[in-house]
Amino acid sequence: MAERSFAREVEDLRLGDGDTFRGEGILAITKALLQSGVAYVGGYQGSPISHLMDVLADAKDVLDDLGVVFQSSANEAAAAAMLSASVMYPLRGAVAWKSTVGTNVASDALANLASGGVTGGTMIIVGEDYGEGSSIMQERTHAFAMKSQIWLLDPRPDHECIVNLIEKGFQLSEVSNTPVMLEVRVRACHMHGSFACKDNVRPAHTIKDALNNPKRDVGRIVLPPAAYEHEQEKIRTRLPAAINFVRDNRLNEWMGPKQGKVGIIMQGGMYNNVIRALQYLGLSDAYGNTQVPLYVMNVTYPVIDTEVAEFCLDKDAVLIVEEGQPEYLEQAINTVLRRRDIQARVHGKDVLPMAGDYTAQVLLGGVREFLEKTEPRLLGNRPPAPDASSVLSHPEVEKLKQVVPARPPGLCTGCPERPIFAAMKLVESELGEHHVSADIGCHLFSILPPFNIGATTMGFGLGPASTSAFNVKADKRSIAVMGDGGFWHNGLTSGIGNAVFNKHDGVFVIVDNYYTSATGGQDILSSRAISKRRNTNNSIVQAVKGIGGQWVRQIDRTYDVGRMRDTLKEALTTTEQGPKVIVASSECMLNKQRRVKPQISQAIKDGVRTVKERFGVDEDVCTGDHACIRLSGCPSLSVKQLDDPLRDDPVAAIDNSCVGCGNCGEVADAAVLCPSFYRADVIHNPTGWDKFKSKIAMTVIGWLQRRRDRRRPALEALA
Amino acid sequence: MRDETVKLALPAAGDATERPISIAIVAMGGQGGGVLTDWIVQLAENHGWVAQSTSVPGVAQRTGATIYYIEAMPPLDGRKPILSLMPTPGDVDVVMAAEFMEAGRSILRGLVTPDRTTLIASNHRTFAIGEKIAPGNGIADKGAVTGAIGIAAKTEIIFDMNALAIANGSVISAAMFGALAGAGVLSFSRDSYLDVIRAGDKGAQASVRAFEAAFDRVQSKSPEPAAPSKPEAASTPSSPAILDPRLAGLAARLTQELPEAAHAIGRAGLKKVVDFQDVAYGGEYLDILGKLHAADRSAGGAERNFAFTQAAAKYLANAMTYDDVIRVADLKTRSARRARIEGELELSESQVLQTTEFMHPRMEEVMGMLPAGFGRWLGGKPRLLGWLDRRVNKGRRVKTYSLPWFVALYVVGGLRGIRRRSLRHAIETAHRDEWLKAATEAVRANYQLGVEILQCRRLVKGYSDTHSRGLSKFDKTLAAIKLVAPRDDAADWARRLREAALKDSAGKELDGVIQTIKSFA
Repeated sequence: MAERSFAREVEDLRLGDGDTFRGEGILAITKALLQSGVAYVGGYQGSPISHLMDVLADAKDVLDDLGVVFQSSANEAAAAAMLSASVMYPLRGAVAWKSTVGTNVASDALANLASGGVTGGTMIIVGEDYGEGSSIMQERTHAFAMKSQIWLLDPRPDHECIVNLIEKGFQLSEVSNTPVMLEVRVRACHMHGSFACKDNVRPAHTIKDALNNPKRDVGRIVLPPAAYEHEQEKIRTRLPAAINFVRDNRLNEWMGPKQGKVGIIMQGGMYNNVIRALQYLGLSDAYGNTQVPLYVMNVTYPVIDTEVAEFCLDKDAVLIVEEGQPEYLEQAINTVLRRRDIQARVHGKDVLPMAGDYTAQVLLGGVREFLEKTEPRLLGNRPPAPDASSVLSHPEVEKLKQVVPARPPGLCTGCPERPIFAAMKLVESELGEHHVSADIGCHLFSILPPFNIGATTMGFGLGPASTSAFNVKADKRSIAVMGDGGFWHNGLTSGIGNAVFNKHDGVFVIVDNYYTSATGGQDILSSRAISKRRNTNNSIVQAVKGIGGQWVRQIDRTYDVGRMRDTLKEALTTTEQGPKVIVASSECMLNKQRRVKPQISQAIKDGVRTVKERFGVDEDVCTGDHACIRLSGCPSLSVKQLDDPLRDDPVAAIDNSCVGCGNCGEVADAAVLCPSFYRADVIHNPTGWDKFKSKIAMTVIGWLQRRRDRRRPALEALA
Repeated sequence: MRDETVKLALPAAGDATERPISIAIVAMGGQGGGVLTDWIVQLAENHGWVAQSTSVPGVAQRTGATIYYIEAMPPLDGRKPILSLMPTPGDVDVVMAAEFMEAGRSILRGLVTPDRTTLIASNHRTFAIGEKIAPGNGIADKGAVTGAIGIAAKTEIIFDMNALAIANGSVISAAMFGALAGAGVLSFSRDSYLDVIRAGDKGAQASVRAFEAAFDRVQSKSPEPAAPSKPEAASTPSSPAILDPRLAGLAARLTQELPEAAHAIGRAGLKKVVDFQDVAYGGEYLDILGKLHAADRSAGGAERNFAFTQAAAKYLANAMTYDDVIRVADLKTRSARRARIEGELELSESQVLQTTEFMHPRMEEVMGMLPAGFGRWLGGKPRLLGWLDRRVNKGRRVKTYSLPWFVALYVVGGLRGIRRRSLRHAIETAHRDEWLKAATEAVRANYQLGVEILQCRRLVKGYSDTHSRGLSKFDKTLAAIKLVAPRDDAADWARRLREAALKDSAGKELDGVIQTIKSFA
């Protein structure tokens, strides 16, 4: 199913005492869950936590041996609600998702969970998609933790530390009856590192035990008066219990000298870059042997007042290193110090930027400014810090800025979504521009060149819902695009159901590529693969009709650009009332290639007749206007400069990464572009009939060709 | 602030240069940067070092620019080094770029600095979407990257690692790993690199070959290996072409009538024109060119190396060889075409090849082939034309090498005899004459403007709608040029108009320039 098999990674989950795990951070987290005796795991895929879901989905045997229940949840809200199993029963459970987007979706369930509290340890792994390379809005999960009172762990980017904190986190959750969040940033998730393993632990209490012995307590349900009690309990009981546990177990760390006039307080996740910045300033060696006292908050919520006070007590000033905004920690620490009248000055966002990545370079500037203000003697002889500014300001490099082209992400070679947008472009040239609501998924790349289609994106599965205001009679209709992933995540109800109910007259395109492709190709309800463990092959069209959709068209080969265009045109112009739903289906090419490529090579090897298709461009027919590329953007369709003094512009060219999807030819035909494209079919292991047919044809053709070649003037004379 | 602090005799806490080896791999999603990263990590770990790598898969993996980052260092008394998760500008030992513009991007990010960075970059290009969609030539200038590398890198190892990898049946990551080994920046032996590759199962042999070729290439510091001789050059026809006496006559005329500077381009043009139609058409080309050259001479072209004649030789040939159905059918049915495709596909004896063409003729194309008078008459009968168009205007999948289709294309390709009487030819000739007249008139008063008008021919290209759009841009441009023609800077404006027209297909940029011109002219 998924983009690749995780069989090797699954082996890592079997490691035990005495073994060393080497691999990605997110897999270390997965292993840590099993070492902590979880009874169930759920979640929703998305970078950077997809691999946790993928590996567990492939790890049936390991999980069955341990008696652990694993589920790919329908969405993050479903995953969060799953944690309710730990409310009454002493079951350890964990869920994972991309944050803050997933936390947004989950927050209704999370707020209920946190209010009533938990009996078994619950852990929410959030992949904090913040900073360079992120694909979402730049926000902090910290706010969610504070508003619902969920403890927030932010471990140092070190496998050992992360794994340890997961085990401790479950205990923390249990002693304080509060769910715990573990925040790991993108790079930490994909970081290669190692840790010493422990044996996996079978859950002491299993889901089966719970089902067989149901328990309830109305006091745990969020309904007045219990809800008021919960709030008091959070403050009077759960918070002190958590503070004591964090302090007693030294989850936060003190580094460097005990004494010092200044010190640095930081989120655990910032530790590595702070050390690097200190190293640049000559204040630490590469092994973290620092000359500045550090207080590393592996737990960023709650703030342990006594620890902060103790750290700051004899200092003139402290620097808070807290990535993102607003500066919650800085505010909290100021309150702690003011209440106790501790005079250490607090620096933070005054010397560091309010927003954006805290890279080593950014921290270098901030720490240096902090020390210049508070303890310049520490800066000593100031070894030269790395500095690229002289290179960057060199005229040759300045000139380069105008040259290096942007390289935005785009649809893969042969992507079945490309012809959908090519068809939309053709419709646009006929019927004019329309308001198009985009959604989250690979299809969002339509907003970039060459398609430039799509005005807004409001969240996963919310493309259709975001056209809901455009429900009036007008000369044009709104168009919404949504993927199959978004459809099952919530779009069926929030988008299609909403449109049916409100008699929305717009057009709704559902891009069905058999997987949630953007997150790594996981299976969903409508996936076409037969899965033993899940129920797949549930039709999107049936679901749409079931919810009341009347005008529904299924296109089962998106590469048919002409049909795609005509269907869109019909949807935009028909007099029929209500939502016009088009389900455009073809398999994600990335996944398809992974699936069929080995099969094809095997078939060719085995002597089975196999036709391999590839596209090409006749370069002397191509005039180099690149209209085809403006309707495609396929990575394998590029340009090349010909060795011809008569030509100014490069011609189109298709490289050997072409998978023969057919889009080029279809577009050339539907848009009446040009006859340069051809499809080459190579028959491997041809049958006798194939050979015979070809031989006859080529004999005649060869004779005709030679005849004409003889009559051509011999142009070599001019060379 | 006062800088007394700088002079304090306090030693630094530690040597800030004692940092881990840092390696940034800049690539595009799908180039195998992850494999290369894993290899380097494994290499370091095999030597007992602590290695950490990070990347940001997510959306950038889908063909966008992305970066992998590795730090590695030996542990000290059992203590692990604290490694950073992102490269710091000015503090990277090795930058490995899997594409040339990505090497440029890494310089812009400050990752390549002359005090420490070895830049290992493949100088092949994978064009970005912005470079590909321009109606003209949008390809970025490689020279700018080469220039910046000279400024930024401490050591540079630049060659086409992609071609080297492909030549060895492997992928670029293996070649880059070999280049890293050859560069000798890391203190590990060549064999220990090979051990890492061999530990992987899939494609290990091919990877080793690419690794070794790249390693040797770097170690020997040999310049670009002799370019493999081009197949065209290698396959000079064994039987010397029979010299067509009429063609020899044309060649001689060209040498006599045209200035030296226009000989090469004139020969290319003549070749194209004769190939398009026949020897007589070549004579017509030289006749027209001769007149244009005369205008050039009297405008003082001798002092300008006959730029007008040179431009005319090029663009007249292009104008005379318009893309009609006959030409397309002829090109598609040539033996050289089939040979080229077979070569590209590396077709073996045991395989069978078929190609399918995606033709979508409209009634306009059919009308173009008809005799001019008849075509014009038909053009005046919109209902009949519409009826015919409904029968003609549809997509046709043409199996080139099936006998019926081939014969049909072959027959159309042989319709040269009727071409010069056709409606299309009449239209093209009239349009061409008007353009040449404008250029000839212009060159008398403003030499460069004449040249620029000739170069505007570049705007006419494509088929069907694209062709009409090109034509309309061409017409708009020439009309706008008329407005500025009396000005001294008319040639500049003409160039600006042409460049704008080549920037976007809708012609928005062109309209903008025309608006500007109208505001003062």
